[in-house]
Amino acid sequence: MYRYDQYDQEMVDTRVAEFRDQTRRRLEGKITEDQFKPLRLQNGLYLQLHAYMLRVAVPYGTLNGTQMHALADIADKYDRGYGHFTTRQNIQYNWIKLEEAPDLLADLAKVEMHAIQTSGNCIRNISSDQYAGAAADELVDPRPYAELLRQWSSFHPEFLHLPRKFKICVIASDNDRAAMRLHDIGIQIVKNEAGEIGCAFYVGGGMGRTPMVAPLIREFVPLDQLITYSEACLRVYNRYGRRDNKYKARIKILVHEMGKDEYARQVEEEFAHLLEQGIEPPLAELERIKPYFADPAFKIGLTEKADRSDDKFARWVDSNCMPHKAPGYVAVTISLKPVGGIPGDASTAQMHAMADLAKEYSFDECRVTHAQNIVLPHVEIGRLNELYGKLVQADLATANIDQIGDIIACPGLDYCSLANARSIPVAQKISQRFEQNGKGEMLGQLKLKISGCINACGHHHAGHIGILGVDKKGTENYQLLLGGSEAEDTSLAKITGPGFDEAGIVDAVEKAADVYLAQREDGERFLDTYRRIGMDPFKEALYA
Amino acid sequence: MKILTGNDLLTGLVTWWDGQGWSPHVDDAVDVGDEAETILAREEAARRVNASYAIEASLDENGKVRPAHIKDRVRALGPTVRPDLTLKPAEPEALNWVI
Repeated sequence: MYRYDQYDQEMVDTRVAEFRDQTRRRLEGKITEDQFKPLRLQNGLYLQLHAYMLRVAVPYGTLNGTQMHALADIADKYDRGYGHFTTRQNIQYNWIKLEEAPDLLADLAKVEMHAIQTSGNCIRNISSDQYAGAAADELVDPRPYAELLRQWSSFHPEFLHLPRKFKICVIASDNDRAAMRLHDIGIQIVKNEAGEIGCAFYVGGGMGRTPMVAPLIREFVPLDQLITYSEACLRVYNRYGRRDNKYKARIKILVHEMGKDEYARQVEEEFAHLLEQGIEPPLAELERIKPYFADPAFKIGLTEKADRSDDKFARWVDSNCMPHKAPGYVAVTISLKPVGGIPGDASTAQMHAMADLAKEYSFDECRVTHAQNIVLPHVEIGRLNELYGKLVQADLATANIDQIGDIIACPGLDYCSLANARSIPVAQKISQRFEQNGKGEMLGQLKLKISGCINACGHHHAGHIGILGVDKKGTENYQLLLGGSEAEDTSLAKITGPGFDEAGIVDAVEKAADVYLAQREDGERFLDTYRRIGMDPFKEALYA
Repeated sequence: MKILTGNDLLTGLVTWWDGQGWSPHVDDAVDVGDEAETILAREEAARRVNASYAIEASLDENGKVRPAHIKDRVRALGPTVRPDLTLKPAEPEALNWVI
């Protein structure tokens, strides 16, 4: 994985020193909260319901064991013994003290991490496929390109004050595991008819209060023009994106209102201009980055079979292991969704355990997924039984990936000052219900996503089943949505009808699942059945 | 009744105006009548509170202060999904007060 050079380290260290001084001045009353707030937000420090919350960037979700240990140590030293992995492949701490925040950031910097650009109207953490460099179906490892974009977008002077926040995703497979088309810019590394590698650009996607699937703006951008084309996309947005209304300020609104063809035309004009300027970093920089993402020393001649005599282990393998490009290996997803647990939360002990397991079983690497789980990307099949045993000991062996218990949920009203309703208790009750009724595994792939407000941090628009918490005259109410997908078949879920109270929404999810079980045909997922039979049968069951 | 809340500047923890200073317990909150703006301006300027605001509340049947909105009741007690991290970790049933 990428390691900081002297410039990276110096930038981060300098930023820590700067924030230490800004914090001191705030505490001494030399600057007001109005002056300090944008400064702390630029360093990922929010003020949430119960305390300060710090969001730490995990570039394209990749961590080594040392960094995961450091995240655990920070949870112990500065927080309350746990962290929350997010849908942006980051980690958040919920109980940070302002007076200790500079020391925390200094500890992060020691392991080449920071919280810069995890808030504010700038380019946020670049996200990617959690199986990058491991997946059997990818064209190339997308992370060197994500890293190049990270370097370009970090402290980019022109793009630190955009009309609104900006999220970029890079993948290199036709199987989208990163919600690529629901980003401001989604980049898919592709091969053209001439066999050359380049990038397809999808621009103007997103969730929030106005969900949109990003349209294809350009089918092929040569790799040696990746940064130039990205810059052109941002420049047109920065020039015309609305600054008068924050709810209409995202690029998706601009692309929609301008029309994708006109937006693309303007990007082409700007692109031609920028090509003349020669802003693209030399290919040598990409070549410098690439070796950091070289394959680890995969062994050859490994067994491709694990001992499946233990039923629980076999179910876990079927659910949590993903085919790998190297024979004898799989990518293992560690579920952070125990039955009745808090989606995405990991205790200090669990983070230390995952760090140790990454070192012992996965070439010292792990990944944060947008579904709030952790991946060990390179595990020998012959060692899966041993690994599973250790995961059981650490309460990390839940076998439910992409099943109804693998729920994405935002922090909701339990932690977030923007939320209208609690998300986590609903997730807990649903996972418990489907464990108790035994239908969870029977349902197969069923992605359920819950947001506590219209900002959609829990990706409810993209759930096969989505739940949106709203405030109904001072009480929590939940709308049910069906038919969304964040994968290569991206679609936006539709609301079924009137909402439900907390108990009612759990019943409603079970009724929707029962409609699927009754009507599915061979090989159909919940989403396939919904797309075939439409909304009406579900409505009939829900509102009869 | 109208009560005042905010966050402690140093720790960020939730705090309530008790008539003399700031308390972590909502039960200590007092009705400030029409003095909210004056008190908040003074306390913010002195950095004794951060991100402060006035909310509506009532007294329940036991005479305890109950914020009108669920968001402030969650703030008053702590996350409902982590009883161990609330102000009343030994009383998980206290969470019923929030809903």
